[in-house]
Order: sequence, then C-alpha cells, then structure tokens
Amino acid sequence: MSVVRIPPTLRAEVGGERQIEADGATVRELLEDLMSRFPTLRDQLVEGEEIAPFVNVYVEGEDVRTREGMETEVLPGSTVILLPAMAGG
Amino acid sequence: MATYRELLGRVKAEIAEVDAARARELIEGGDPVILDVREQDEWDEGHIPGAIHIPRGNLESRVEAAVPDKEGQIVVYCAAGNRSAFAAKTLEELGYGDVVSLAGGFTDWKRNGFPVDQSSGLEPVQRARYSRHLLIPEVGEAGQLRLLDSKVLLIGAGGLGSPASLYLAAAGVGRIGIVDADVVDESNLQRQIVHSTERLGEAKVESAKRTIEALNPDVQVVAYQERLTSENVERVLADGWDVIVDGADNFPTRYLVNDASVWHGIPVVHGSIYRFEGQVTVLKPGEGPCYRCLFPTPPPPSLAPSCAEGGVLGVLPGVIGSLQASETLKLALGIGEPLVGRLLLFDALTAEFNEVSIRRDPECPVCGEHPTITDYIDYVQFCTGRPEHAR
Repeated sequence: MSVVRIPPTLRAEVGGERQIEADGATVRELLEDLMSRFPTLRDQLVEGEEIAPFVNVYVEGEDVRTREGMETEVLPGSTVILLPAMAGG
Repeated sequence: MATYRELLGRVKAEIAEVDAARARELIEGGDPVILDVREQDEWDEGHIPGAIHIPRGNLESRVEAAVPDKEGQIVVYCAAGNRSAFAAKTLEELGYGDVVSLAGGFTDWKRNGFPVDQSSGLEPVQRARYSRHLLIPEVGEAGQLRLLDSKVLLIGAGGLGSPASLYLAAAGVGRIGIVDADVVDESNLQRQIVHSTERLGEAKVESAKRTIEALNPDVQVVAYQERLTSENVERVLADGWDVIVDGADNFPTRYLVNDASVWHGIPVVHGSIYRFEGQVTVLKPGEGPCYRCLFPTPPPPSLAPSCAEGGVLGVLPGVIGSLQASETLKLALGIGEPLVGRLLLFDALTAEFNEVSIRRDPECPVCGEHPTITDYIDYVQFCTGRPEHAR
C-alpha cells in the first residue's frame, strides 16, 4: 500500500479525501487501482495510456516523467503526490 | 598594574605587524580577509577595498560569524595600528591562526597612495532603518547597498503581490515595478493587505504604490496599470529588472512571464495558491527548469479553478508571498540556496511543507536544447483554446 495525496482540485472525485491508500508496484498499477475505485478520476489523470500532460506525479519527491513514467516503481509505503498546476495568485 | 603605553607595547611584542607595503603585497598576492576595526564614521570616509568592517567594540561578538575560517590569513587594521594591535591579540585568543596588524594603519596606507574605497555608503537614517540587516553578516552594509540598487518586477498586486511587495519594500529593494490592470474590490481585502478599505475603486498599482512609498521612501515604485500581454511585455522588461515575482492569477500570464524570462535570462520567483495550499519555486534560466518544464501544458479549466471560483484562505498568500519575498531577497543578495529545481508545497490545513524535485526538460519547447517556441504566442489561445481577442 502507498499513500496518494489528492490535490484540492481532484478531491470532489474521491469524496473529499485529502489522501487515499492505493495498491500497485508501478505508477500505472497504482493509478489503475485508484481510478477503478473513483472512475471520474480517469479523465483528470490520464490521456490514453499515459499520464495527462497537465498533471505531475511524484513518487518519493521525484517527478516520474524524469524516471520511467507510468512504469516507475512504487515501493510499499511510498508517498505519491498528484499535482496539477495552480494559477491562483 | 600596567599603563596603556605599557599594555600596548606588551601586546605589540606578542603579535605580528606588517607595514603598508607588505600589507599590500599580502592582499594582492593572496586572498586574506581584510578586517577594518575602526568606527563607522571613519569607515565611511574611506577604507581598503574589499575590507569587512567590524568596529573594535563588536569584534569578539561578531567576528566568528563574519570570518568563520580560523585558518586563513587576516590583515587587521585601524587608523594608526594601535586598536588593530589589540584586535590582533584578541583574534589570536579566539583561535585565528594567521593574523597580522597593519602598523601605521589606514593613515599610512593612504600616505603610500594605495587604493582606497570611498564609495558612498548608507545615510545615517538608512543605517537606523536597516540596522537589523546590517547586523547579519550575510547582508551587512554591502548587501543592503545591493538591495537598494536592485530592481524587482511584481506581476500582480493581489494576494501574493501584497505581502511580497510590502516585505521587499521594507527590506529596501530600491526599485519595485508592479503590473496589474485591476482596481481594488471589496472581495480583495480579505487577503490583499497592501490595499485598504479607503482605496476601494482605486487602481491596484496606485494603491500599492501609495502604501509602499509610505512604508519606505527609499523605494521607487514603477506602476504599470495594464495586463501583461505579448504586446507590452517587451516594453515592461526594457525598464530593466533583476528578478520577477510571479503572483499572477491566470495561466496565460504565467506562461507569458515564463517565456519572456527565459528569453531575457531573468529569474522568476513563482508562487501559486488555491484554498489551503500553495506552491513556490525559483525558475532560474540556465540553471534550473522553467515553468514549461514543470507544467508543459496548462490544465483544462475544470481542473484549474481560480481563487475567484474556488476560494482561498486569506492568510495563505501571506505565507506563500512572504516565501517569494524571501527567495527574491536571496537572489538579489546572492546568498543561500534558492528554490532552484525544487518545488515547495505548503498545506495550511495540516501545517506541512513538502518538497519535490523538478528538472529541466531537454525537450522543453522554450528552454530545451532545440526550442520550437522562439517568439510570443497567443497565450490565451494556448491556455483556453480560444483566441486572445475572444476574451
């Protein structure tokens, strides 16, 4: 199990939760677990088979795009941060 | 019981002294710390270039912060070589291993025609105003003069621009530009603390200018009452800015600021906020990623509501805007480790800071190895899919 931090703009899709536990050995498996339970997340997180270009996913503080993308390994107990850009000032 | 003369003679016998010619050789041939232990008024009239200034009375309490290396050489001087003799003795007692006192002092140095720095320092009233900065070794008089000479452009005089502008002005940033087209509205006052109830309906840039100038008359405010666009950005940047503080409230402006800053090589201190959460980073061209490396594509509107749509805790921009001011001062002073390549995340509800790494994207269309965007585009179209004139 890993902890996935849900940004404020996506909390409505997960019943208002700030973080959700999810299972998966890779980012893809982890997101699939999450999206299977909260189907409306899919349009907000992925485009086709890849992470949507307007969302950043960090595993243990590292952007998965700079690693193996969807295939990036997620060790049990990791913290995963989903982070879309925010414009507010 | 010794007299002053006897004490001075005894101390001089215990320390190493050099004459002005030898001191100059040491300074030009190596990299010693040059330490001036005279009083402020003496220092102001001229000093050896590159010297640091700690009055004799503050020597023991301040020298270890100002000169952490106890192995390196120190050339210490005063006016005639007496106060510096006692200072050299004290420095040796504090563990400094290689200290020489300039016999004949600054008087002899000048008599030899050696270089003197007579650059104008702070006025007495500025010395009082910035006294808490002057006490910090990393700032000091040289740093304060650097701040007074620095030029910071704020994008937005809203939630983030309010605290950022106030702290930068209070710190003595000499020139602050503010770009904002809006007027002060009731809904702003829950967080935009540079404005006030009596300024309702007034242009935000004028309101901010009045507040800042009342806070610190050293600061010159350049007000741009307009929205930053592809058409005016070059004119605004032509006024010459060292750092840009991005406190915009929309994506088109943020991508425009990014592209312009990359092409002009100006670091951007980025801040953004929503409800209880904020993000801060420093986007420094050539050293770290740009905004497009971090967020290649703006999110669809459903995923990026503005504060006007989704709300924001009033104090949140206080935290994030103050962090932006802190990063800006570090950049202006050239000190510390700015948030380059690091995105700092703050959650007010859990009172937690988190940090993630951000990297340059070699494929970035603006700062990458083979840029495909080399001139301003229609940023509204890029972010919303609708062309600029359709707004």
